[in-house]
Amino acid sequence: MLEVKDLVVAYGKVKAVKGTSLTVEKRQVVSLLGTNGAGKTTTLRTISGLLRPESGEIWFEGERIDKTPAHQVVIKGLAHSPEGRRIFPKLTVEDNLLLGAFARKDTAGIATDLDRVFALFDILKERRTQPAGTFSGGEQQMLAIGRAMLSRPRLLMLDEPSMGLSPLMMQKIMSTIRALQAEGVTILLVEQNAAAALRLSDRAYVLEVGSITLEGTGQQLLGDDRVKRAYLGED
Amino acid sequence: MKIPTLVTPELQKQYGRLGRLVALAGALLFALSPYLPWAYPRTALDNMTYLGAPSTVQFLGLSLGVLELFALVGSHMAAGVARVRGTTHLLHRVAWNRAARAGALGMIAFIGLIIVVVALETGGLANLEYGAWIALVAAGIATAGSRFLAPGRESTLDRAPANPVLEILTIAGLLGGSLFLLAFALDQDDGGTFVVLLAHIAIMVTIALRSGVGAWLSLAGQRHRNVLVFSAFAVAFLFPFTQNGSDANMSIATQVLIFATTAVGLNIVVGLAGLLDLGYIAFLGAGAFTAATLSESTFATIGWKPPFIVVMIIAGLISATLGLLIGTPTLRVSGDYLAIVTLAFGEIFRITMNNLDGSDGPDLVHGSSGIPAIPNLNLFGFDFGEPHVIAGITLGRFANYFFLMLLIIAVIIVVFTRLNHSRIGRGWVAIREDERAAEAMGVNVFGLKLLAFAGGAFLAGFAGAVKAHVDVSVTPEQYIFLESAFLLAAIVLGGMGTVLGVIIGATLLKLVPEKLRFMSEYRMLIFGLLMVVMMRFRPEGMVANTRRQLEFHSDDQELAAEVDEDLPYEFVEERA
Ligand SMILES: Nc1ncnc2c1ncn2[C@@H]1O[C@H](COP(=O)(O)OP(=O)(O)OP(=O)(O)O)[C@@H](O)[C@H]1O
Ligand SMILES: [Mg+2]
Repeated sequence: MLEVKDLVVAYGKVKAVKGTSLTVEKRQVVSLLGTNGAGKTTTLRTISGLLRPESGEIWFEGERIDKTPAHQVVIKGLAHSPEGRRIFPKLTVEDNLLLGAFARKDTAGIATDLDRVFALFDILKERRTQPAGTFSGGEQQMLAIGRAMLSRPRLLMLDEPSMGLSPLMMQKIMSTIRALQAEGVTILLVEQNAAAALRLSDRAYVLEVGSITLEGTGQQLLGDDRVKRAYLGED
Repeated sequence: MKIPTLVTPELQKQYGRLGRLVALAGALLFALSPYLPWAYPRTALDNMTYLGAPSTVQFLGLSLGVLELFALVGSHMAAGVARVRGTTHLLHRVAWNRAARAGALGMIAFIGLIIVVVALETGGLANLEYGAWIALVAAGIATAGSRFLAPGRESTLDRAPANPVLEILTIAGLLGGSLFLLAFALDQDDGGTFVVLLAHIAIMVTIALRSGVGAWLSLAGQRHRNVLVFSAFAVAFLFPFTQNGSDANMSIATQVLIFATTAVGLNIVVGLAGLLDLGYIAFLGAGAFTAATLSESTFATIGWKPPFIVVMIIAGLISATLGLLIGTPTLRVSGDYLAIVTLAFGEIFRITMNNLDGSDGPDLVHGSSGIPAIPNLNLFGFDFGEPHVIAGITLGRFANYFFLMLLIIAVIIVVFTRLNHSRIGRGWVAIREDERAAEAMGVNVFGLKLLAFAGGAFLAGFAGAVKAHVDVSVTPEQYIFLESAFLLAAIVLGGMGTVLGVIIGATLLKLVPEKLRFMSEYRMLIFGLLMVVMMRFRPEGMVANTRRQLEFHSDDQELAAEVDEDLPYEFVEERA
């Protein structure tokens, strides 16, 4: 469904991603692991069209999208919940969610999806008219995920969805990801909590200073010694 | 404004009743003082020399006194029911004490201003007669007394159940009243009287805000938006009929309307899309020059004379094209560049027009002398230059253009509100807040910005075409940077992103200098001071856009309100 080939992305002269390739199959959950500064966020931002690659190709459902403007990538069905949430703090919860559906025009479908998000996160429903900036960090994270869901994506990219969440909320996010997968949404996940991410993943990649150093199924990587040492904190 | 608290809450508790009595006496005296002569010379304001016959200005004072009496009586009644929780009657929800405290200060400000103005106009305090001093003393007594009233809890009028009939009647009544006020204000040739009138309005508004009536009114306005809009248009439509064929005021009113229309157009660009356009006046100018060169004027340089409707559209399109030309390269980069580029564009436009004079460039608009003698419009056989008599009232040339502008501003307001509540409007807010995040949401950032920018330019060109005919001649010096600055000021003062606020702001900014010509040297100084004061005390403008208000005062107020809500009634009384 998504194929990234030899991607090179640079900020000025500094290359942040150096020839990364990865593949995401339909209905899979794929994780992208890596230390801080490895280039995970950069990769996602390039896929969603917010950054332009220096070289390499990005294919989404048989279409090359590495020159497509960001707002058209969303229309093609690829949503991105950015790192650090990036919600609109002065807009109400509802306006934030509706902005997720900005690229859609099917009013009825939007209403259904809005209800679905409200069913998933009841706190959002309770406070739908409240400015989003008054939310706690975890609540903002739920809003960010809900907002990404509202574009009804076929591929959803989540950049550290559990950042700042309590273990309970973390579990809720993970089960939401499973539920989305069951509904047919494909997910590309960047997560610091490697154990939780790998348990969920059909496939995973490890990114180190801009290059993929390891790949395999979630189970394989969970058992890998290097992964255990570097990301799971085991000896 | 914070007045130092000499009177502590303990004193207020102890002497509250006495204070109310004293204030009552002061207010009564103040309300009677207009029946005494306030000044010796007849020329001081509007002849306040008679015993027993108040002038209009004195009547304004009287109205303040009566209002204060009313507030004090209300305060007395409310004190009786203060302990009853959950009273729902509207009158019980008014913050009477706050109104009375503000009203008394307003009385001092009012009479103080009159004394200063009379002294300045006639050359000394000696020209004031005993009535004015009595009024000042009365206002002082009322203020001293009212300080002993505890402000009490904030009004809960904004949480009162809806009362459609009362709300609609109030809106209609207020707007009807404002028609007469407007007609009266425009009739004041004396700058001093005009200032006093403005002050009176400001005092009334303050009292309304302090008492909670203001909040109730704004809620009522939101609930009955259609009534409000319709009444406002009815008032504007009826205004020419109050002028009895006099062109003096109608010419001002028409200029105000053109200015307001342009400001609402700019508000789409600035208030909705958040693009700082410092050269908007050039788009108005482009429209005016287009219309002038295509007009029947013997100085027009283009032989083609299409009907005016076509001219308007061409004018709009030319402005929009200019907008696209400067918008396309600049809107991709960050906001600061746009401000600089539009500022430069405004100047380039003016200088280019100056140079299209036959010696530095083609003789398209005759350079600095511009295109004069633009004939009046003639739409569908209706000659805008001819007076018309309707129901025995003569409507002159400017009234004709006034009606045309009213139609155009209506169109622009419809465009504005449609956009604001649409998907596009939501996209603009998102861009204003976080451009990158908006892009990730699928918002076509560049496209939407360009739409706002070029669309705003189109509307300005549209209005400019009419302006050319109203002004009779079009010259480059009508379209200087200062005009752009004033347009922006109207938006900022009135309330960015609102229609009502911007219209009020535009009216004030255009009307006040017209009426206060004697102060024209200080115009920029006063204007600057006003801006500073506004930015300090009410950055969201006179009428606040709800989304915008969050940007300026976020949590603290809400928190305070919540805390007050949770406290039992008695505690709030005690604490205040
Ligand atoms: N806007 C930028 N300008 C310059 N360099 C940048 C920019 N954004 C990121 N970088 C650099 O690119 C490299 C990769 O950053 P990126 O944000 O992709 O890392 P990451 O894998 O998401 O890290 P983390 O786990 O901390 O979020 C880092 O060295 C970072 O300093
Ligand atoms: Mg990152």
